[in-house]
Amino acid sequence: MTLPWNRPKAILLLEDGTVFRGYTFCGHGRTLGEVVFNTSMTGYQEVLTDPSYKGQIVAMTYPLTGTYGINPEDMESTAIHVEAFIVKEYQDFASNWRSNRSLADFLMEHGKIGIEGIDTRALTRHLRVRGAMRGIIATDTDNLNLLMDQVQAYPGLNGIDLVQYVTCQKPYRWRDGRKHETDSTDWLPGCGGYRVAALDCGIKYNILRKLERAGCQVLVFPAHTGAAEILACDPDGIFLSNGPGDPAAVHYVIKTVQELFGKKPIFGICLGHQMMGLALGGSTFKLKFGHRGANQPVKDLTTGRIEITAQNHGFCVDPDSLSHLPVRLTHINLNDNTLEGMEHLEIPAFCVQYHPEASPGPHDASYLFNRFIQMMENKTSSCPNAQT
Amino acid sequence: MPKRTDIKKILLIGSGPIIISQACEFDYSGTQACKALREDGYEIVLINSNPATIMTDPEMAHRTYVEPITPEVVAKIVKRERPDALLPTLGGQTALNVAVKVAEMGVLDKFGVEMIGANASVIKKAEDRQLFRDAMANINLRVPESLVVNNLADAETFAQKMGYPLIVRPSFTLGGTGGGVAYNREELLDQTQRGLDASMIHSVMLEESVLGWKEFELEVMRDLRDNVVIICSIENMDAMGVHTGDSITVAPAQTLTDREYQMMRDASIAILREIGVETGGSNVQFAINPRNGEMVVIEMNPRVSRSSALASKATGFPIAKIAAKLAVGYSLDEIANDITRETKASFEPTIDYCVVKVPRFTFEKFPRTDDILTTSMKSVGETMAIGRTFKEAIHKAIRSLEIGRYGFGDPPAGADFEYIEQLKLSLSRPNSQRLFQIGEALKLGISIEEIYRLTFIDPWFLKHIAEMLEVERAIVQSASTPSFLENAEQLCAAKAWGFSDRRLAQLTGVDEETVRQNRLRHGIRPVYKLVDTCAAEFEAYTPYYYSTYETEDEARPSGRPKVVILGGGPNRIGQGIEFDYCCVHASFSLREEDHESIMVNSNPETVSTDYDTSDKLYFEPLTREDVLHILESEKPRGLIVQFGGQTPLNLSVPLEKAGAHILGTSPDAIDRAEDRKRFQQLLHKLGLKQPKNSTAFTIEEAFQAADEIGFPVVVRPSYVLGGRAMEIVYDRSRLEEFMKTAVHVSPGHPILIDKFLEDAIELDVDAISDGRLTVIGGIMEHIEQAGIHSGDSACVLPPITISNSIQDEIRRQTRLLAEELGVIGLMNIQFAIQDGQVFLLEVNPRASRTVPFVSKAIGRPLAKLATKVMLGKSLEQLGFDKEIEPRHISVKEAVFPFSRFPKVDTLLGPEMKSTGEVMGIGENFGIAFAKAQAAAGYELPKGGTVFISVHDGDKGKALPVAKKFLQLGFKLIATAGTARFLEHNGVRADRVYKLKEGRPHVVDRIKSDEIQLVVNTTLGKKTTSDSYEIRRTTLIYNIPYATTIAGAQAMAEAVSALQKGDWDVKTLQEYHRGILE
Repeated sequence: MTLPWNRPKAILLLEDGTVFRGYTFCGHGRTLGEVVFNTSMTGYQEVLTDPSYKGQIVAMTYPLTGTYGINPEDMESTAIHVEAFIVKEYQDFASNWRSNRSLADFLMEHGKIGIEGIDTRALTRHLRVRGAMRGIIATDTDNLNLLMDQVQAYPGLNGIDLVQYVTCQKPYRWRDGRKHETDSTDWLPGCGGYRVAALDCGIKYNILRKLERAGCQVLVFPAHTGAAEILACDPDGIFLSNGPGDPAAVHYVIKTVQELFGKKPIFGICLGHQMMGLALGGSTFKLKFGHRGANQPVKDLTTGRIEITAQNHGFCVDPDSLSHLPVRLTHINLNDNTLEGMEHLEIPAFCVQYHPEASPGPHDASYLFNRFIQMMENKTSSCPNAQT
Repeated sequence: MPKRTDIKKILLIGSGPIIISQACEFDYSGTQACKALREDGYEIVLINSNPATIMTDPEMAHRTYVEPITPEVVAKIVKRERPDALLPTLGGQTALNVAVKVAEMGVLDKFGVEMIGANASVIKKAEDRQLFRDAMANINLRVPESLVVNNLADAETFAQKMGYPLIVRPSFTLGGTGGGVAYNREELLDQTQRGLDASMIHSVMLEESVLGWKEFELEVMRDLRDNVVIICSIENMDAMGVHTGDSITVAPAQTLTDREYQMMRDASIAILREIGVETGGSNVQFAINPRNGEMVVIEMNPRVSRSSALASKATGFPIAKIAAKLAVGYSLDEIANDITRETKASFEPTIDYCVVKVPRFTFEKFPRTDDILTTSMKSVGETMAIGRTFKEAIHKAIRSLEIGRYGFGDPPAGADFEYIEQLKLSLSRPNSQRLFQIGEALKLGISIEEIYRLTFIDPWFLKHIAEMLEVERAIVQSASTPSFLENAEQLCAAKAWGFSDRRLAQLTGVDEETVRQNRLRHGIRPVYKLVDTCAAEFEAYTPYYYSTYETEDEARPSGRPKVVILGGGPNRIGQGIEFDYCCVHASFSLREEDHESIMVNSNPETVSTDYDTSDKLYFEPLTREDVLHILESEKPRGLIVQFGGQTPLNLSVPLEKAGAHILGTSPDAIDRAEDRKRFQQLLHKLGLKQPKNSTAFTIEEAFQAADEIGFPVVVRPSYVLGGRAMEIVYDRSRLEEFMKTAVHVSPGHPILIDKFLEDAIELDVDAISDGRLTVIGGIMEHIEQAGIHSGDSACVLPPITISNSIQDEIRRQTRLLAEELGVIGLMNIQFAIQDGQVFLLEVNPRASRTVPFVSKAIGRPLAKLATKVMLGKSLEQLGFDKEIEPRHISVKEAVFPFSRFPKVDTLLGPEMKSTGEVMGIGENFGIAFAKAQAAAGYELPKGGTVFISVHDGDKGKALPVAKKFLQLGFKLIATAGTARFLEHNGVRADRVYKLKEGRPHVVDRIKSDEIQLVVNTTLGKKTTSDSYEIRRTTLIYNIPYATTIAGAQAMAEAVSALQKGDWDVKTLQEYHRGILE
């Protein structure tokens, strides 16, 4: 064991000049990103591999991280997308029957820096008051001027298209709980189930797992795929995925969504929800410090029921911008009354800002996948060419 | 859904006396419920027999019945009060059981009372093992294989099928009384029999063993709209096999991935729905196989529990308060989160610290019982600590325990092979010292893997302990040079890992103050962080703090005049809820006087650690180091130490030396009363009498002293707490034996020897003084004669056999002592009256255990008044300038944990053994005593057979008691000697065999329900061991028994009162109005 006072040092500098000092438990060098916090007490592996965190340095508010190691199953993509990881106390001893390596080894494999010993509560309070901001982690220098220059040169997330970095390069098929590379976008005969074309803006695997478990066949398309190409394979429904960054910067997907409206039932999650809002003519804005955690209460306005939801977003659809549109607001956040879900009144399309696939987080909202199935069922049963 | 308007009056059932498995946490939850429901305009009717509770304060409920919590009494209250609803989920198992019985009696239907929170069928479904099992099968959850048996033969058959070990769980008992783990046939039969006896429905569940599996708990809340939230997850450090109340537990769960945690979350929600808990909080327990993650459901409690109190304190989410609001129809999204104000109760708390709870045990008081932990709870209290890391939290928890530990210890210097083997054996049997045994084992080189094999404690916890010990080693190594104490970075890192100054001093070979000074020189001091339910995501308004060593300090000391109250720490026998009650009153009182009240305590069960009670709460260990930090940060006007029992009192001198201002009676006055020499001088000066006494270091000195004083004598080691190892000795041989063992209990300190006043009557006096005027709160006459610990003796207020002139003499002495000591605040004095002479036994210039009882009896809040006096008000100003003499009679009876401790004798003595107390109030002594007995769990018989067996010295006094029982229509049976004596004096008594005289003997007769009351006094070792079996049997069969003649007399009077007719119930408010009239 390295004695606590012998650990190599690390520094976190925020764009407003605030400095936090700690130690590196993995990796050396410097990493830039937008610094955000996540309040989930479990699920760091899912957080690390969630493509929506592209461009962000994530601090966990729960202080002990690494406790149960890393396992082969709880991956939300094939890589770590978080730019760097901040914890209060790294746990280098993992205890769990599924674990096959430590968190540090995992970060190391993906070339990420992990730092500990940071007063993460002070950091969280700072971000809560001042808002999410750019920052840099460095283990190789204490020169604040130098680091500040680097932070100032970093563009941040506003107006930046980060989807391009996390979307798949070519279509793939999701079967048996994993990704299958394919050159054909034909549906597999004899597989049955609803055919779902998923537009990958950084899709979490658990969405695909959930769709498959709900009986869907899923083809995943790169974000830049055009509407015509998607419609060419005649899916029963279209799924708009989560993803990182500013939705307004992903104009090519917004255009695609506009072209898909009314053609097929659409279900969007997170970035998918925001792009649907933008495609309808609404607008988005950036939240001060975002919603990242697994305890966000959302009220389903149609049933009055409350769901405890997993969330990870920094941008939000402005409900006022939708007031003149044929849209019904279906879900709101009970903490800050922001918009959490909506549905189109005229065409089969609905979306939520939060994550019904959870992972990490509660399963309260998994009924939404059934709602999507229901929507496809209604659509296909009224369509003479529908396969059953 | 807004609150219901169709109900207006709600009956709330409390949990009664403090017993093992049911402690202050139910006062905490009940008090919250009262407050919450009152706030919403409901009329609250409350029943609770425990006077030491805040919930029974007359301001808490509209109508407060301090009456026995039995179905008959609840029925009477229902008839008298006609409530619209009954809320049974906040008073522990007691309330649930009684509510079910009352429902079964048809009382609720008859008077149209609706059970809210959980109805009878829900309670049964959750409590009855078979129904619960079926329910789990319905939702595809696995429970361990099991079978309900009601005889030994079926138990054996099941064991043949399943093999050993098997878990034995009696149905419908508290904390698994009578349960255990059976490793072989003999243990199975023994435990099954005990379980059948303990079970209210005479059935026992035998269960597949999941020993060694990891144990988890979830606290769940549901509202009428079927919204469900999880408040907290808890991981037990001790694996399955140790009752969760006896386990070290950690929040949140540590070793579960999100996937596994969510599975558990889904399961607990499904369980609530299946069992049908419509509203409120429940606790669900799971076991996980550490090899493959297989999950089984262990149990669920459809009510608030000890764990929910812990979860509330651990997260800041007030479960009981919200449960009460949900029960009257609110939904979660309609209730505000007090802490953030902006957000609602419909969310799941997320925490950014680690919480560790460690139970506190008391095996030393029950020497016949092995220190082994099983599925039957044995701990008497617990402490909780909050830190930013597990290491910090467990270190804080260790020093919060107040067992003389300030960190992990060291193995003895000459630990040899044999020692290590013995240590391994201890590790393999869960026991109260295991945490420290782990520390020793690691220091002795036993590997984490091996310790895991022996303990099944998850290696994650062991690794943390090992790391802390590695740091200890590094500190010891660097201590030869002064480098560690000079190195700010190292010192700071050690503090962040929770090391106490005391431990660092031990490791570096300096004293605590040197470590502290070094630290302060480097600017190393803790910061305070908020418990805010949301990991800082929202601004928090509730000032609930814990300390840690980090960069940002969130403490916001105000400029207001403020006072710090030191609480009592973990409950233990001798220091429990009564002291917390006083601390809470101090806090309320400070608020009334426009002072900021700041509470410091480490006990999660209490009302004092409700963030609502004080203006600020510091959830911190009660040690010099931790308290000084708070004082330095808050800079209060003063400190109150006289309410929290011995814990704060012990800190008063060191804190005063460090510059703290102690309010009220000075620490020097406290010392004058506590120090034996100074106390003697004090009495001498005032011309007051105490029993002859002396001290001795050796057996010879003891003999000499005893000869001078004259046998019998009371002997005890000095510098031990709670009458520990105190004994009454009648002859030289026993004295010799005592000296041999006592010298080990407190080595280097003298043995104290006092004259034992035989057949003396003991009196307790609680008084209050403002420095000029001293007013008696109450004089209590003990039922049991002097020699029984005052905490264990029943007592009556006002006295019933003491003449007015003696009472006046007692008043005079009390005033004299208060004046001489300069008491400002409360004081308690114990007197003994022998042959018309008054002897002073003890003076305590602080709040006593009886303060809440006296306050309830006389209708004046003594602790509140004392607080105001300490702030400078006079008693005259406060309108309390003369003693109140109530017309009604109040009796306090003690409640004992004997049934929890196999093999323990139930005889009372000078060492305190009771865990709690009840109060009975009536127009005459007989009724008040009968009520107290019923409240303590003894239903006195109105007729039947009394068994009498008394030692020779008591025979003369037994005669009138025997006659009285005959007059009352009882049959008498007695052992040969007693029977002969009675016959000789014209009282007919049939002879019954002693154990060794033939059969059927007295124990057979008890078991076959032929004896309804037992009077059994003993003297000396032989008669005591001869009759031991009788006392254990009466205990198991719950037959009222008296081990003193005075106790028997009181019982006779009570029986006589009961025979005269049914007694009435009356509210505390009515009694208090009677005083004013």
